[in-house]
Amino acid sequence: MEFAELIKTAKVENVMLTCPGLPSVKGTLCITSHHLLLSSQPGGNGEQGPVELWLLIRNVDAIEKRFVNSSGTITLKCKDLRVLQLEIPGMEECLNVASSIEALSSVDSVMMMYPFFYRPESMKLEEGWRLYPLEHYYQQIASDTGAWRLSCINREFTACSTYPPAVIVPAAVDDEAFRKSARFRQGGRFPILCYYHRKNGTVMLRSSQPLVGPNGKRCREDELLLSSVLDGGVRGFIIDTRTAQAAKQARMTGGGTESRSSYLHWKRLHKALERGRPLQESFIKLVEACNDPSLNMDRWLSKLEGSKWLSHIKEALSTACLAAQCLEREEACVLVHGVEGTDTTLLVTALAQVILNPACRTLVGFQGLLEREWIQAGHPFHLRCTHSAYSHARLKQEAPIFLLFLDCVWQLGRQFPFSLEFSERLLLALFDHAYASAYGTFLCNNEKERCLCEVKDKAHSLWPWLNQCCKQKYLNPLYRLNTLVIWPSVEPQSMQLWQGLFLRWIRSSHYLEEALEEMQHIAAGSENTLCSSLQEAVLPQTVTEVENKR
Amino acid sequence: PEHLEKLPLTTSGCPLVIQCKNFRIVHFVVPRERDCHDIYNSLLQLSRLVRYDELYAFSYNPKQNETERMQGWELIDLAEEYQRMGVPNSNWQLSDANHDYKICETYPRDLYVPRNASKPIIVGSSKFRSKGRFPVLSYYHRDKEAAICRCSQPLSGFSARCLEDEHMLQAISKANPVNRYMYVMDTRPKLNAMANRAAGKGYENEDNYSNIRFQFVGIENIHVMRSSLQKLLEVAGTRGLSVNDFFSGLENSGWLRHIKAVLDAAVLLAKAIAVENASVLVHCSDGWDRTSQVCSLGSLLLDPYYRTIKGFMVLIEKDWISFGHKFSDRCGQLDGDPKEISPVFTQFLEGVWHLTEQFPQAFEYNEAFLLQIHEHVHSCQFGNFLGNCQKEREELKLTEKTYSFWPFLLDEQKKYLNPLYNPNFSERLSILEPNTVSFNFKFWRNMYHQFDRTMHPRQSVFNLIMSTSEQNKQLEEDIKELELKLEQQKGKQPNAVFCKEPLLSVHPMSPTLKTSECFKKEQPLLPVNESIRTIEGSNTADNRYSEYMEELAKAEPAVVSLEYGVARMTC
Repeated sequence: MEFAELIKTAKVENVMLTCPGLPSVKGTLCITSHHLLLSSQPGGNGEQGPVELWLLIRNVDAIEKRFVNSSGTITLKCKDLRVLQLEIPGMEECLNVASSIEALSSVDSVMMMYPFFYRPESMKLEEGWRLYPLEHYYQQIASDTGAWRLSCINREFTACSTYPPAVIVPAAVDDEAFRKSARFRQGGRFPILCYYHRKNGTVMLRSSQPLVGPNGKRCREDELLLSSVLDGGVRGFIIDTRTAQAAKQARMTGGGTESRSSYLHWKRLHKALERGRPLQESFIKLVEACNDPSLNMDRWLSKLEGSKWLSHIKEALSTACLAAQCLEREEACVLVHGVEGTDTTLLVTALAQVILNPACRTLVGFQGLLEREWIQAGHPFHLRCTHSAYSHARLKQEAPIFLLFLDCVWQLGRQFPFSLEFSERLLLALFDHAYASAYGTFLCNNEKERCLCEVKDKAHSLWPWLNQCCKQKYLNPLYRLNTLVIWPSVEPQSMQLWQGLFLRWIRSSHYLEEALEEMQHIAAGSENTLCSSLQEAVLPQTVTEVENKR
Repeated sequence: PEHLEKLPLTTSGCPLVIQCKNFRIVHFVVPRERDCHDIYNSLLQLSRLVRYDELYAFSYNPKQNETERMQGWELIDLAEEYQRMGVPNSNWQLSDANHDYKICETYPRDLYVPRNASKPIIVGSSKFRSKGRFPVLSYYHRDKEAAICRCSQPLSGFSARCLEDEHMLQAISKANPVNRYMYVMDTRPKLNAMANRAAGKGYENEDNYSNIRFQFVGIENIHVMRSSLQKLLEVAGTRGLSVNDFFSGLENSGWLRHIKAVLDAAVLLAKAIAVENASVLVHCSDGWDRTSQVCSLGSLLLDPYYRTIKGFMVLIEKDWISFGHKFSDRCGQLDGDPKEISPVFTQFLEGVWHLTEQFPQAFEYNEAFLLQIHEHVHSCQFGNFLGNCQKEREELKLTEKTYSFWPFLLDEQKKYLNPLYNPNFSERLSILEPNTVSFNFKFWRNMYHQFDRTMHPRQSVFNLIMSTSEQNKQLEEDIKELELKLEQQKGKQPNAVFCKEPLLSVHPMSPTLKTSECFKKEQPLLPVNESIRTIEGSNTADNRYSEYMEELAKAEPAVVSLEYGVARMTC
């Protein structure tokens, strides 16, 4: 396939661009393989005007066309929730532009996506892909505990196609047992360690559901594996992210959950979390409500409630807190799973780590967490983030699980404003990049696919860009290391709508931004004033006097 | 306290629940039922005082001498305030018509009216207005030469007219040299205003008044507001609600809808003045509830002065205290008609809070300031908010027998400063234009759950920014001081001494390293420890993560009885 075939019109003059909150601009619209560009009308000297729009076409979620007389209006609804309007003279031109964008934005082949073509001069391809090596992380745990070991069982993705090559497992159990356990778990996702709680030596594991089936099948190796974790009388809790009833019903389709009699020392807790279609619908409803400023107060509140988004936030946070509580307060081990172990499971295990572990609350630590618990853990980003909240296309596997996670982290940041090293802007950037990006980090559904597509050889990683180019922007000026567990409040009064995301393009945030800048200024002020002023004064007396004064 | 409840006896004792006017809820468990009964009865009696002089303000003694006390009462001078606005001037004058409270008992003595409104016009107009509250000046916009005036509803019934009242309005519109027409804002819903006509009251007929543009803005009455707050508190007070129940409760209470209506009206008022240069006359029924809300919020949008600490006190003194908002009745200070109680002033504060959320740099004061004012409007510790009008306050001899709240508030103003406040902000943006789209209105957790620490952010951004900013100032001062010393040193010693070997004598460590050390030594000034303490204090059990809690948690002691000297308070 050639991109050129998809582009019916590459350039249109006199296109009017309208975005909410900004004055309209007229200019020349260009369509390239991956971008939509609009540069404003050239000045008198014939020079090209400044670029007003530089939109990754992959970011387009839905296109709507409207015609009045001979000109047409295209409404582009983006995955980052922005809505743009292009007024295009000439009906044919308009249709051509629309169908070009439609075709280019729905290219499904991963290898055709922009990250495979993006070659910024200042960066090397291999940078960043080895920033957060799983092996090191796991090796550290293995050598700290002695009870765990790094296993190569999945080196060729043979045990589990959605796990990374490196996994960490109980040292006392051999690889053959894992193969058998993998066969007993949906998608081969056998229980592996995801977090070691250094404070008391407890661990958090994750897996998919056991394939108990209608006949109550058992797998001795799976049982042994789990009981070996509880060596020494430690208690264990299995947090199943479905209702007890749903878990039971899953047996009819070959799934199920751990029975009490087969897994003696494990106690099962059910905390139902929404996923899949209902979650996507919740997202769509919320965005709809946010995009309608004409709603009166009662309608707004009832739509906000009706979307159930904040309920999902509350449930996700409470479940993560439950897992964290089991580890921290009950000093017990935890196994988390739902059905596939790639969605709500990761939501819970990742959130619990942010709550428990201060290392996950730094900029670098958070990126490491995302690598471990989302990207390499096999959250199917490609399937989940094909479409955002506007698409009219028939939804298949889309679900904003990752957004839900980001929102929960944002809520934690609101409740503990000094405890996260990164800012709201990082979370916004992660949301944007998960849905449409120039970088390869969120491409594909798991490591196996990434290997097949050679993502790490042919695309750039997001992390070096985040960490080098605009790090300051992503840092929280108020951050102070907080080594404690951050237990959030999950009362409905404490749940807030993430205005920075859902109303990003709608509310005018000018004054809020200014206030944030002032806050940054003050936070940076103390060190800056003193530094600059002392550097000016080279005389020894000054320095010593400052010292004496303290 | 607003409400007392004795709950059924339990094994550990007799539970007593006290619901306070500042939205605090205190649970006590008294071991002996008889004690509980006695406490209950005492509290009941003490919370339903009959006479003003039994209120706390009359016995509160902060150990100040007489001069200090009197100075406190003189802190805010409304004559000074009108002068600041630019009145009296060629169009507006001070009228002595009400000097003996003869024309209107609930107005202050000093009233500002248009220069060409003669005494007979004033008298005539006052007879045509509910409770004699004729149109007077509330705020004068110096640049626009436009005015906010306030009054009560006209006694127009279905057809009555009053020439003097018509003249009065004409005088107001003529006092505006820029714009001939004026707005008359009836802050009530149209239906309510129409119903009032049957009782001989009502609203202005546009045909009878020249150059007026009449408009309803639809703020509900005190009874609707009272029951709305009641519903809100019921929702907020129910523990363990689901998110959906909470939001549907919030919606059903209508509270945020009312707050939006009040702010919308204020925005309308401010725009009429700022954009159209038109004067506005605001009224409701009696002109002391909704009218106070709209006039004061409107002025706040128009004038940056009211966004300062002192200015806000002046605003409350002017539009609420002096113009006779019935604080005593609305806050239920004495045992009286419960139907008179209404959270009108609370709504005003909430409106201001919403503005501070949208314009974080426009206000000198912070949320704590608003909460503290709310606290003392209800505490009856100071004399300012006692009684229903100035006449009553004079009769109670409050300035002789009680203390004024404002100097105390001003004394601790450090606590109430907004570290992000930028006075230059107002130069760029003297009129605030808030966005009143529904999604900008939020449940004010810090007001209604002021005392429920489990729900709040565990770390306070304001405190940190405040102390950092103070620290910055201190460091800058230190630097100046040191630089000065350095200059002096230079003067004393011949320059040569310094020039000889400066490099050798430079401290081996780089200045930057040194500075960060200095910085660290300053750290204890920061409330860092405090924030950590609050995190530790937050208990997983308080947060109800799961219905499995009982199975999991090692039981926390539920209640500590009074006998041990400690009462466990759950808020």
